[in-house]
Amino acid sequence: MLKKRIIPCLDVKNGRVVKGINFVDLRDAGDPVEQAQIYSNSGADEICFLDITASNENRDIIFDVVQKTSKKCFVPLTVGGGVRNLEDISKLLNCGADKVSINTAAVENPKVVTESAKKFGSQCIVVAIDAKKKNNKWEVFTHGGRKNTGVDVLKYAKKIEESGAGELLVTSMDRDGTQIGYDNDLMYKISSEINIPIIASGGVGNLDHLVDGIKLGKASAVLAASIFHYGKYSIKEAKDYLDLKGIPVRI
Amino acid sequence: MNVTIVDYKSGNISSVINSFEAVAKEKVNISVTSDLNKIKSSDKLVLPGQGSFKSCVDSLKSINGLVDTLNEFAIDKKKPLLGICVGLQMFADIGFEEIETKGLGWIPGKVTKIDNQKGKYKLPHIGWNQIEIIRDSKIFKDIKNNSHMYFVHSYEFIPNDVNTISATTDYSSKIVCSVEKENIFGTQFHPEKSDAIGLKIIKNFIEI
Repeated sequence: MLKKRIIPCLDVKNGRVVKGINFVDLRDAGDPVEQAQIYSNSGADEICFLDITASNENRDIIFDVVQKTSKKCFVPLTVGGGVRNLEDISKLLNCGADKVSINTAAVENPKVVTESAKKFGSQCIVVAIDAKKKNNKWEVFTHGGRKNTGVDVLKYAKKIEESGAGELLVTSMDRDGTQIGYDNDLMYKISSEINIPIIASGGVGNLDHLVDGIKLGKASAVLAASIFHYGKYSIKEAKDYLDLKGIPVRI
Repeated sequence: MNVTIVDYKSGNISSVINSFEAVAKEKVNISVTSDLNKIKSSDKLVLPGQGSFKSCVDSLKSINGLVDTLNEFAIDKKKPLLGICVGLQMFADIGFEEIETKGLGWIPGKVTKIDNQKGKYKLPHIGWNQIEIIRDSKIFKDIKNNSHMYFVHSYEFIPNDVNTISATTDYSSKIVCSVEKENIFGTQFHPEKSDAIGLKIIKNFIEI
């Protein structure tokens, strides 16, 4: 039986982990390579890097981070943040990323998804959707949640599925950072209408939220950042808890 | 010993390279090339594959003489070869992704889309699934039955001869996830992305 995945996400800025703290055995809390290894060793099903580097001159640092990580972590590595075109995707894949997540560029230029899926295969193309609720429906936001496109999330998700993306990473902007749980209505709506796997993101504060994302939101995978960074829970604790709640996980 | 990863300019092979380099010990050289002479003189070959069946076959054919060299290596010389994902699928006679396309024909059979039971199962089949080892295979030495492996695919290989199947996985039906025919080995899952247990499979292949 296919297992539900737990994916820790690390925000990386100028090659350093943002918000990463507090592991007893961690020598350098800011080193993404070392953090990724800790996650991988404790049973993370995949690792996700979100590059939030703002300045152009530091944009290439992420390639070095990906290269070093991929030589040490042998679980899938997804990298997103600032991915604009096929050249960016190709560079990340060559550095050892297994999947690349595309956000703003997928909205502004849907051809990026079609062409990259064709060139590199659907398996490595993840489209990240930032969604915000407005009058009982959800709209797509871009530019790190700053710009409202007015595009309906469900229609957009369908279009993306047709473009050949392999997975959708859905983040609720309303829930992100709140620690009150995923927007499971949103996850359920997309998951029940779309046939590619959904990764739920945004709002996790405890382990029950992971359970809800899978049971109520029908997500194939659950992504979380802060609950793992701050050492509130380990990946292993999360997996044991999901297992206890009857969710199939890789233990 | 020389183990060569065939680089036929199709998809992303960095992870395959990293995993083989991580496992290789002294006296094992890992090289990555499309050079026919180097391929011929290798002791073992790895045939990765990402993207569609058609795009992989087209890429193989675009390198003059590569298909003949692979045939000579695997069929005439009977040296060990490991196909991964679409690399395994190409062992078939025929694939139906995008358009009907001829494969290498090393293990008779076809590659068709996984029956997702009208949307009951999501495609691609992405993530960790357990493998059921149904026949001893050299690459499964010290690998426990029901081990988890990482999958990502929408098409499955259906060989004509069930005796070539070494493991299956359960996703809407029993999907063939590993084959062995004499010197030819293949995994539908990605050992290079399947953590320590996947690296063990790679080690087993190197040590055959």
